[in-house]
Amino acid sequence: MRHATTATETMGHNSIIATGLNICSSCEQLSKKDLGIRIPRPVGSGPSRFIPEKEILQVSKVDPRTQLIFEGAFATLGHLDNISLVMGFHPKYLDNFLKTQYYLLQMDGPLSLHYRHYIGIMAAARHQCSYLVNLHVNDFLQVGGDSKWLNGLDGAPKKLQALGELNKILAHRPWLLTKAHIENLLKAEEHSWSLAELIHAVVLLTHYHSLASFTFGCGITPEIHSDGGHTFRPPSLSQYCVCDIANGNGNTNHPEEKFVNHQVSDFSGEVEVLMERMKQLQECRDDEEASQEEMATRFEREKTESMLVATAEDEECVPSRDVSRHFEDPYGYKDFSRRGEHVPTFRVQDYSWEDHGYSLVNRLYPDVGQLLDDKFQMAYNLTYNTMATHKDVDTSMLRRAIWNYIHCMFGIRYDDYDYGEVNQLLDRSFKVYIKTMVCNPEKTTKRMYDSFWRQFQHSEKVHVNLLLMEARMQAELLYALRAITRYMT
Amino acid sequence: MRELSSWKFCEQHLTQKQAPLCVILCRGPTFSPGSCYDHVGLWRLGSNKQSIMHLRQREVNIFFSHFIEDYWVVGREERCRYFGAMEKMSRVTTALGSSSISGRTMFCHLDAPANAISVCRDATQVVVAGRNIFKIYSLEEEQFVEKLNLRVGRKPSLNFSCADVMWHQMEENLLATAATNGAVVTWNLGKPSRNKQDQLFTEHKRTVNKVCFHPTEIYMLLSGSQDGYMKCFDLRKKESVSTFSGQSESVRDVQFSMKDYFTFAASFENGNVQLWDIRRPDRYERMFTAHTGPVFCCDWHPDDRGWLATGGRDKMVKVWDMTTNRAKEIYCVQTIASVARVKWRPERRWHLATCSMMVDHNIYVWDVRRPFIPFATFEEHKDVTTGIVWRNQHDPYFLLSGSKDSTLYQHMFKDASRPVDRANPEGLCFGLFGDLAFAAKESLISGDANRKPYPGGDRRYPIFFFKKPDPTEQFANVSSALSVFESPVESKHMDWLVTTARLYLLSGKPFAELCDHNAKVAKELNRPQVSTTWTMLRIMFSDPANPSTPGPNHIGKLGTLPLMNSFSMKEMGAGLGVEGRLDRSKGESRQDNLHLEPGTSLINSNNDENEETEGSDGQAEYMFGDAELDDDDLYSMEHDNHGAEYQEYTLPQEAFPLRHEIIDNPSAPEHLQQDKADSPHASGNEADIMCLTPIESFSLISISQPLFSPHLPAQFFCPVVREMLIHYAEQGDVQMAVSVLIVLGERIRKEIDDLTQEHWYMSYIDLLQRLELWNVSNEVIKLSTCSAISCLNQTSTTLHINCSNCKRPMSTKGWICDRCHQCASVCAVCHHVVKGLFVWCQGCSHGGHLEHVMNWLKSSSHCPAGCGHLCEYT
Repeated sequence: MRHATTATETMGHNSIIATGLNICSSCEQLSKKDLGIRIPRPVGSGPSRFIPEKEILQVSKVDPRTQLIFEGAFATLGHLDNISLVMGFHPKYLDNFLKTQYYLLQMDGPLSLHYRHYIGIMAAARHQCSYLVNLHVNDFLQVGGDSKWLNGLDGAPKKLQALGELNKILAHRPWLLTKAHIENLLKAEEHSWSLAELIHAVVLLTHYHSLASFTFGCGITPEIHSDGGHTFRPPSLSQYCVCDIANGNGNTNHPEEKFVNHQVSDFSGEVEVLMERMKQLQECRDDEEASQEEMATRFEREKTESMLVATAEDEECVPSRDVSRHFEDPYGYKDFSRRGEHVPTFRVQDYSWEDHGYSLVNRLYPDVGQLLDDKFQMAYNLTYNTMATHKDVDTSMLRRAIWNYIHCMFGIRYDDYDYGEVNQLLDRSFKVYIKTMVCNPEKTTKRMYDSFWRQFQHSEKVHVNLLLMEARMQAELLYALRAITRYMT
Repeated sequence: MRELSSWKFCEQHLTQKQAPLCVILCRGPTFSPGSCYDHVGLWRLGSNKQSIMHLRQREVNIFFSHFIEDYWVVGREERCRYFGAMEKMSRVTTALGSSSISGRTMFCHLDAPANAISVCRDATQVVVAGRNIFKIYSLEEEQFVEKLNLRVGRKPSLNFSCADVMWHQMEENLLATAATNGAVVTWNLGKPSRNKQDQLFTEHKRTVNKVCFHPTEIYMLLSGSQDGYMKCFDLRKKESVSTFSGQSESVRDVQFSMKDYFTFAASFENGNVQLWDIRRPDRYERMFTAHTGPVFCCDWHPDDRGWLATGGRDKMVKVWDMTTNRAKEIYCVQTIASVARVKWRPERRWHLATCSMMVDHNIYVWDVRRPFIPFATFEEHKDVTTGIVWRNQHDPYFLLSGSKDSTLYQHMFKDASRPVDRANPEGLCFGLFGDLAFAAKESLISGDANRKPYPGGDRRYPIFFFKKPDPTEQFANVSSALSVFESPVESKHMDWLVTTARLYLLSGKPFAELCDHNAKVAKELNRPQVSTTWTMLRIMFSDPANPSTPGPNHIGKLGTLPLMNSFSMKEMGAGLGVEGRLDRSKGESRQDNLHLEPGTSLINSNNDENEETEGSDGQAEYMFGDAELDDDDLYSMEHDNHGAEYQEYTLPQEAFPLRHEIIDNPSAPEHLQQDKADSPHASGNEADIMCLTPIESFSLISISQPLFSPHLPAQFFCPVVREMLIHYAEQGDVQMAVSVLIVLGERIRKEIDDLTQEHWYMSYIDLLQRLELWNVSNEVIKLSTCSAISCLNQTSTTLHINCSNCKRPMSTKGWICDRCHQCASVCAVCHHVVKGLFVWCQGCSHGGHLEHVMNWLKSSSHCPAGCGHLCEYT
């Protein structure tokens, strides 16, 4: 938000003012008529603070598929949220995403509607994601939720309070989840959860944790109708008009943007280097066969290193919203990384989503297993075979490295993966970004977003974000489902 | 072929004795077509008598293609299953010769969860492999004995972490494992060193899910991996001979065909199954989609060429016939969890064993022709079973299994539980009109002399039900007889239920009124006991000072009646044998006994045909002392919530506020007027008839004050009421139980445990729905306080609609059609999308918002869309 305001405060470019002049005068007339009506205007510019609005809107204009999905989403929900707009870069995924989210929130399920939204609020609040919290506070009240609950978990029923612990652990240290936690929830006399309800809640929690990551990772701006999304201050004359911002012209001349553009030339070789490395890895895979112990150490090293990656400077602290403040708790991932305690390794070969997680979810919450499965696969396999300006590139290696790196941060290990590859393919700034986004998403800054993969397009960065989001969700789900399975056996 | 005579002999032999298995051995120096085979032997296994016809060479190497061709010419391939290099023939002889294996159901603890198990050829040893375990156990009579730990080294590498293991079926020293890190490892038990690792192939990039030796070719090993490739290794070489690319997702299982030397099947994570020719790595021979979601396993039938069983995440086991051009699904078994392994049972053509990947820990043996109930179940494991294998390829009675619970079991078939035996062969069902159908074993029913044949001839064996008895089927052939008991048409014994259900009021009025109304309904249906119960409930649970009792009113009306009546009634009550009780009540409330008696007897008099007179009387004694509801609370609540709350509450919560409002409705005058206007109160009504009202009313008024004692709270009656409810439910009148439960609401709910309540609700709702009383059943669901019940009408509320423009189904979300980009279901009047109640004419299919159409039809009878149709709405 702060970025956005600075954006509006900067001087507009002359040419821009020229093009928008006519509309501007009419706008000003409107606002000067002084009918006593306060006209709200968006604080941010476009759906994302990081991505110029022009680019986002272009996508939906060009791609009929995206437009169709947008139409559908609009018809169902009555509005299009900024998340969907940004995801519009990847219509295939967006379709899956919306379908799943719709099912989780609206369709038949063990939990009642207001519970679902409340759990969403709980989850988003763990990351102080005011955007999602606001969105669901509205929905929550709309489906008849008790506004007292919004004063904090203390105001909610005991049943939901019990979920707080699970929420906390899942969000920050899912590896600590044990069957005892599950038992506590399921055997709490009158406040106990049923297994089906618990699965539903777990899916919702993980969904919103990871969605919070995405929200911060892409710098989603608040909706205009929610708090912090609009201002009633009249546009100052020194600025260009509202309509310019709405048209997305404002951001292109942002000085920082320029700075980035300027930088790009310095790093022009980056993509090529990355591609070269991928090629090398592909070829000389067989030559240097690392010993088993070496592989194990590589994983451990990557794991510990990932924890030490400095997440973010505390310089920019997003002011938390009223509601989310009530859910705050000092418990967080950072405690863990500082202490550097040992994370037990989770072998994906022993408990995988495809074999075990899917069956469990689908058994207790029919159809959701399939929806999630489709979504994971879509995110994992999505590719356009491009990298920045290069075409026909096999990116599977890179995608796998990102996916496995995130799972590695949660202590999930793939026996059949050489974690040396991660080091080769992901540079430090990228790792910082991933780490921040996954573990402390609220600390993601525009600088981080800009500083990794400078040559890549915004759509590709959003793609990375999708990957991060789904990988995180799967990691959390795996831990939760494994605990539930252990409880059941 | 040189020894043609032997072959002939063999053929004869086979047909005569139905030999289940043959082993053919041969050795030829060269393997070109037409070359002569030096030594050919035929050996019959299966039963204990072997007939070795010829066996000379110890080292045999065969090139099977030609052999099979020759063999084919001879035309006996149906009978033969094993071709092999029989190096250890003597061992086989002992193993099979010593009159099959023996043993018992037994288990041993492993140190770690197992991922897979495999037995050696002679069924004496089993290998267990997992992430942290790799051991060989020998199978003794009474126990497992650990023979060898293959997991050596201080820090075992990932090569030891096995996803799968297979013991070679011909070479007893040879094992292969699939490692989770993508390595394929072979182990030679003959090695002198501690580390038995023989060869290591690290060609796969991802986890290897499955390894499979060729059943007859000693050096041929096949692997299937997560990376989507299958590789064929020649163990004499350092690397794979050929690579097969499935062109799709991860390979979950690979299996060589038992019958066709060159064929193998591969199952994939995307649901496909592919058939490959080992000689053609470029392209699969055939592909078909077997399951939705991953196919975790497949297994060729040991006897039937071309039968392939597959199991998938979709919880199904399917048997495919591959002999036709298109793979045909011939059997399908639906299990309760995703299927991890499937193995045909030896010697039993239709049987296969399965275990599941998640949740379910049992091993099931199915007869594929009876897919609904397992033939046998092994229930020993405490965690999911990960590996199953029949101990001997020719013995159907021993099953070995490994599990994640770190145990290794040998199951004896005789110890298996047979779900069929526990299944209930009797069925019972009520028809809509009270008919009763009952199916049971024929033997049980045949003795019944009253049986009349079904009109229209004996239908016991309709063509389409009759099943030819199959001697191979091990299920007992049960023929059942179906009897239908019709209830006589004139006894409309369900009528009262329907009428009562329709007329009962369960909410929406003050408590007392509800009770009175219901009592009246019951009375009109000639059910005095029920009626009285309602009346008493009202008396017990409502405020005696409440003006809603028709006291003053009746005094005014009937006050002139002689007081004498009361005495006669008293006598009547005494005559009914309740005097003792009355006396007691007299003693308890001395000064008022004079008034109390008639009142009590009034109740009794209503009950004169009631076997429960005494019990009800007991309740009635206290009828004036029950004013102990939290009056203050209730009153205040009532005033606060009267209007607003009523409107706002929806669904399950609704019941409470309403009832609170009921109990003490203070709007007496209005109430009384109502009473005068239409038919009087139920109780009043009765009283009128009995000519007792004045006394009763009088006593009510005068006594209520002195008796208003705080030590008789409403809870006092709860045990009695609870017993009453249970009594009704036991008698089969669940309607009464549920109705009272709803009307009393909070007052009684705590007294009865949730399960019982739920049970009653379910029964009543079921009854209502059978009688097609949808509205009533919905009301009951709505008013119920059990969460399990109230959610009933909130599921499956989806309505699937087609687009009105292109007539195709609409996707689940939205009001916009994916295909034609039009807003569907537009209101013909206002041209907006209708969300909510949509009404349309069935003639022209135009319509819109309910209100709009209703308004429109007031002014015009033509269709608002302008199509000219004269719309008709019912």
